Amino acid sequence: MKEKTPLMQRDGTRSVLASLLSILIGLVAGAVVVFLVGLFNKSMSLKTAWEGIQLIFLGIISTGRNAAGELTFGFNPVTFGNMLFRATPLILTGLSVAVAYKTGLFNIGAPGQYLAGTAATLFIALEIPSSVVPAWVIWILAFLGGMAAGALWGAVPGFVKAFLNINEVLACIMTNWIAANLVTWAFDVSNLKNTVENTKTAYIYKTSFNGVQTPKMFLDKIFPGSQINGGILIAIALAILMYIIFTKTTFGYELKACGANRHAAKYAGIKDKRSIILSMAIAGAMSGAAASLYYLAGNTEFFWSTYQSLPATGFNGIPVALLAVCNPIAVIFTGMFMSMLDISGLQLTNLTAYNEYITDVIISVIVYLSAFSLVIKLWLGGKAKKKAGAKPDANAEPAPKADAGKEAGK
Amino acid sequence: MSFLIRQTLIYAVPLMIVALAGVFAERSGIINLALEGIMIFGAFIGVLFVRLVQQWGWFNVAKEMNNWVALQGFLLLTMVVAAILGAVFSLLLAFAAINLKADQTIGGTALNLMAPALVLFLIRLIANQNTLQMATGDASSWFMIKKTMFGFDKKAKLGFFASTFLDKVYLTTYVCIILFIILSIILYKTRFGLRLRSCGENPQAADSLGINVRKMRYAGVTISGALAGMGGFVYALTTTNCSSNGDVAGFGFLALAVMIFGNWKPLNIAGAALLFGLFKCIAAAYASIDINGDGVFLLANIGLNANFYRLLPYLITLLVLAFTSKNSRAPKAEGIPYDKGQR
Repeated sequence: MKEKTPLMQRDGTRSVLASLLSILIGLVAGAVVVFLVGLFNKSMSLKTAWEGIQLIFLGIISTGRNAAGELTFGFNPVTFGNMLFRATPLILTGLSVAVAYKTGLFNIGAPGQYLAGTAATLFIALEIPSSVVPAWVIWILAFLGGMAAGALWGAVPGFVKAFLNINEVLACIMTNWIAANLVTWAFDVSNLKNTVENTKTAYIYKTSFNGVQTPKMFLDKIFPGSQINGGILIAIALAILMYIIFTKTTFGYELKACGANRHAAKYAGIKDKRSIILSMAIAGAMSGAAASLYYLAGNTEFFWSTYQSLPATGFNGIPVALLAVCNPIAVIFTGMFMSMLDISGLQLTNLTAYNEYITDVIISVIVYLSAFSLVIKLWLGGKAKKKAGAKPDANAEPAPKADAGKEAGK
Repeated sequence: MSFLIRQTLIYAVPLMIVALAGVFAERSGIINLALEGIMIFGAFIGVLFVRLVQQWGWFNVAKEMNNWVALQGFLLLTMVVAAILGAVFSLLLAFAAINLKADQTIGGTALNLMAPALVLFLIRLIANQNTLQMATGDASSWFMIKKTMFGFDKKAKLGFFASTFLDKVYLTTYVCIILFIILSIILYKTRFGLRLRSCGENPQAADSLGINVRKMRYAGVTISGALAGMGGFVYALTTTNCSSNGDVAGFGFLALAVMIFGNWKPLNIAGAALLFGLFKCIAAAYASIDINGDGVFLLANIGLNANFYRLLPYLITLLVLAFTSKNSRAPKAEGIPYDKGQR
């Protein structure tokens, strides 16, 4: 018989509150930076700063400027559709980081896995002639190929972590840069460089060039004029699948046990090395799927000379996962929140003298806060108890320890 | 040959000093994953300082008079500024890790995300583009040491030693090497160093002997931040011609790999940094390396793709880590927040 704990003292509630608080502080920090810049920059007035602050909080419902030059706000189906479209890869890279984190691994290798998925997807989608094979078969092959490539690339750091005990953070970073160079190399010698549209250099053909693109699944009827397609539904389905694996299956339990305490799990008969490699492979598959869905949209292009930079989508999986406290269902919502921030950033660039990098500042503040979310949660818990006036609960659950961090440090 | 040595040093020196930055933090018990971010920040601050001082005109007279001693002083001043601001930036990590007992991996990652974001945000506002450059001139005309400064003729043929270490070099290289030696001695031969290291091995025991673990860890992270900030500026000065674009090409992470490969010991780190510097140098300039000076560019003639050389440093890092990680000895207490109650 489980006694019902009051809403405010439940662990889940506190996690949600802590995440919301982190978001709020992050946004306020962004607003403060914008305000300070407006204050000290002679070419900007306080009005510009105020507009910047408005856009940070309300960018998603911004509809541009009216004739008088004032900012206008309202529901905009194009922006919302684009938000969902941009959320697709973020949800998946967020899942990637979350899955690995549940096994006690910090997957900072999502950018590399994303690139591996990109390369596999684009090669399959563009090299198989759609005159011979039906386009939907190519689509499925490209999607699965992207996931497989991501999984393979993710398994590499998992392998060296399991067998050679190399810190997975370092291994991931090295594989990131190796992937960046390999992918550049592969496209450099390929014949997929876009030579038809000569306006841009160093881009690969869109997959729609070969007639391959994700079906819209009637979502374009709801959000007319936006880039949205069925990919968002696939991302949500994958998130639900991950949730089921981690809460309802033995396999998921083994992975989690391995994350909680690798040695205890081994003692209990769980194959710890296999779990670590598989966990990283699944994480990689999610990042690969992110890339597949993004580039199979048909209207997105890949800048192939990428050896000097890693895709930001991969790194942004980290805040998505951390904000969601690594809960796959919550990842859906935090992914959408992150893409909303992205949109706000674009609005800021288009409508004011500020630029989109402020959203990255906000994101980094949120990550910084989630590093000590435990402290915030405890603090929130203390507040709630005082409010309820309840006497100290003798059977209170001990606060979960951040063992994952310790494990990652070894 | 002297070209090869010079170029290798250019890449090896920032790696070395930033790897030492990592040692100071980890030996005190804090994993400093933020080295990359602090480097980016330091590079930005250094370039910004140079730019501002140029605009204020403090050293314009010295430049016109070709008074290169003053200009080298300007360079040293910039290094100090980058170091101070790097230390300030690293306080964010120290505060989270020491006062709030945060997860250090995530905290470091946050700083790694924050630095490029903040830097690019400001660069866009200052320069209206994604790269911040010096206000006038470039790194080589303002700061590079050339043989003409020592009274040699422009066409004079110098000996091997002089042409390697006195011509077309930067003062920062030697300052960093000297700092590296001094700090290594401090870490191993002084009371402060011993205390710092004890906090990374067994903080409870250190505390019981009256050492303030908190203070020591703050000192470790702050020194680490200062060195990484300075290293970032040195990197920006020597490899990207004193410009900052919110990126140091993964040097901070390479430095971490160098630190692990060097087993957290300064001498091994110096060796590892030279090795990595060599590979980085090959990646950057393989087409113009002429080893024995007979006019044959060996590596360019092999005909391998440039991307192969570029991925080589990272691949080698991974392989080297694979072979050395079994007998690596990390500080025992690194990454674990200090808890007085624990034994």
